[in-house]
Amino acid sequence: MRTAFIKQLIEEAKTNDKIFLLIGDLGYNVVTPFAEAYPDRFINVGICEQNMVGIASGLAMNGYNVYLYSIGNFPTLRCIEQIRNDVCYYNGNVKVVSVGAGFAYGSSGVSHHATEDIGMMRTLPNMVICSPSDPSEAKAITHISAQYNGCMYIRLGKAGEKEIYTEPYSLKIGDIHCYQDSNSTSAVIASGSVMYYAVNWIKENNIDTAVYSIPFVKPVNKDQLQKLASRHSNLIVMDEHQKSSGVASALLEQLSDLYTEGKIKQFPKVRRLEIDEQFIYIAGNQQYLREFTHITLQKSLFE
Amino acid sequence: MQQNYIDLSKKIRILSLELAHHARSSHTGGALSMADILTVIYGGDIINISPENIDSPRRDRFILSKGHCCASLYATLALTGYINAEELKSTYGDNGSVYYTHCSHKVPGVEISTGSLGHGLPIAIGQAIASKVSRNDYDVICLTGDGELDEGSNWEAILFAGHHKTSNLCLIVDYNKIQSMGDVKDILDIAPLAEKFRDFHWNVIEIDGHNFGEIENALTQFKSEKEKPTVIIANTIKGKGVSFIENKLMWHYHNPDDEELQAAKEELK
Repeated sequence: MRTAFIKQLIEEAKTNDKIFLLIGDLGYNVVTPFAEAYPDRFINVGICEQNMVGIASGLAMNGYNVYLYSIGNFPTLRCIEQIRNDVCYYNGNVKVVSVGAGFAYGSSGVSHHATEDIGMMRTLPNMVICSPSDPSEAKAITHISAQYNGCMYIRLGKAGEKEIYTEPYSLKIGDIHCYQDSNSTSAVIASGSVMYYAVNWIKENNIDTAVYSIPFVKPVNKDQLQKLASRHSNLIVMDEHQKSSGVASALLEQLSDLYTEGKIKQFPKVRRLEIDEQFIYIAGNQQYLREFTHITLQKSLFE
Repeated sequence: MQQNYIDLSKKIRILSLELAHHARSSHTGGALSMADILTVIYGGDIINISPENIDSPRRDRFILSKGHCCASLYATLALTGYINAEELKSTYGDNGSVYYTHCSHKVPGVEISTGSLGHGLPIAIGQAIASKVSRNDYDVICLTGDGELDEGSNWEAILFAGHHKTSNLCLIVDYNKIQSMGDVKDILDIAPLAEKFRDFHWNVIEIDGHNFGEIENALTQFKSEKEKPTVIIANTIKGKGVSFIENKLMWHYHNPDDEELQAAKEELK
């Protein structure tokens, strides 16, 4: 995903001279093509995320579309007050980009598990939150972000994720992305790279279910969610994030509003396959830690 | 010019005290310690800012990082034609007023909102970089407190600006030697401050922050500096201008009651 992001950013920068990239001394090899192509619009700020966000804010106030790039918690939790006061308050044109969503850096330990970032970002007014499920969505989101004048959080996986969406599609902010339609009562709704696991598991087990990805955790298109919840009563939500304040939380809040407003007649079952309020004290790769935290599908979920 | 500065600085101090009195707000001492610096920035012609050019991309940027002391900035803006003095005086801190008691970018002439310390300087650096890349060639002046330098984000920024030779950036430290709970030297000493900045590759100017000539000279020197970021270490007196407020820790929090306001005005006449 990170390669898809940087390739698309270079494409955008060809026709948009306001695009600026700041990195927090991370992204060896990944960001190099951008740095070489646009040295005047690239700064390795050093290992100082608070300063990086402030610099981005100052640049954005003067007409630049500034991307910040670093790993997981560093450009997010480490400098959350700067993001709140210096970016979101102005709805500044700053794109916070993190790599290593969820357990992508699983074996590196808790410091590298990005498992609270969506919740933190979700509480901030003006912030749009993007969580692509494959490189094609990362590319589409990068394109949207280059046009969008305001603050955004882009939560990328890591490297080597396989494409899920192989047919062309169009995406706009808030869209729920349908991978597989079905009249089944069940719908799997995944955000981030766990989507690839879900799609394959469903194929291998020959399950009749609709499958959607959530490339935008905030905002979520309410009309699309209303249609989805009217057609499917058994929603299985997957993302590598703490249960409190993750993707399922975001959907539940919207569903509650829809139900209260009488726009959905029946409140669906929402099964939350997310981390159950815990830190991980062991090593493990992404798939291992998904299994360890039960972010995995089983047939009984569809009964 | 000197007499103009004296007159303006007295008016800034009086209005600042009236605002603190009206809103019953804190941070009187820190608002008064920086009043003479604001006088030269807004009342002089060294820094290119005026009520007419607040939207010009080529204006110099003044960023008040110690946003808790905004009373004297707002007073300055009111006395130099940016905002309406009567409206400010009658609504400062009131329900529904745009004038809350920390710095707000919604107030005409204010570049950024501050109130949490250690935010101004990194943003000032971003502004300074934008000046060079966009070729708008403006300068950026950021004013911080001394206690504020406890914040690590400032040192990230100080390291960055020195390394990148951000020569269109000027940091002014309002070095009044008193912070929230006591003397800076007792809480978290920042001395020797000039040596620290020199080690970080800054152009260092130390002045009496209440001497208009020295403030002017320092800003003029900054304007001609082409190699390094400049720091003006302005040695000031917390609460400067009112004898019973000067150097009193209590006045970090205290606001003047009716009698104190009257007595202060008498002194400042």
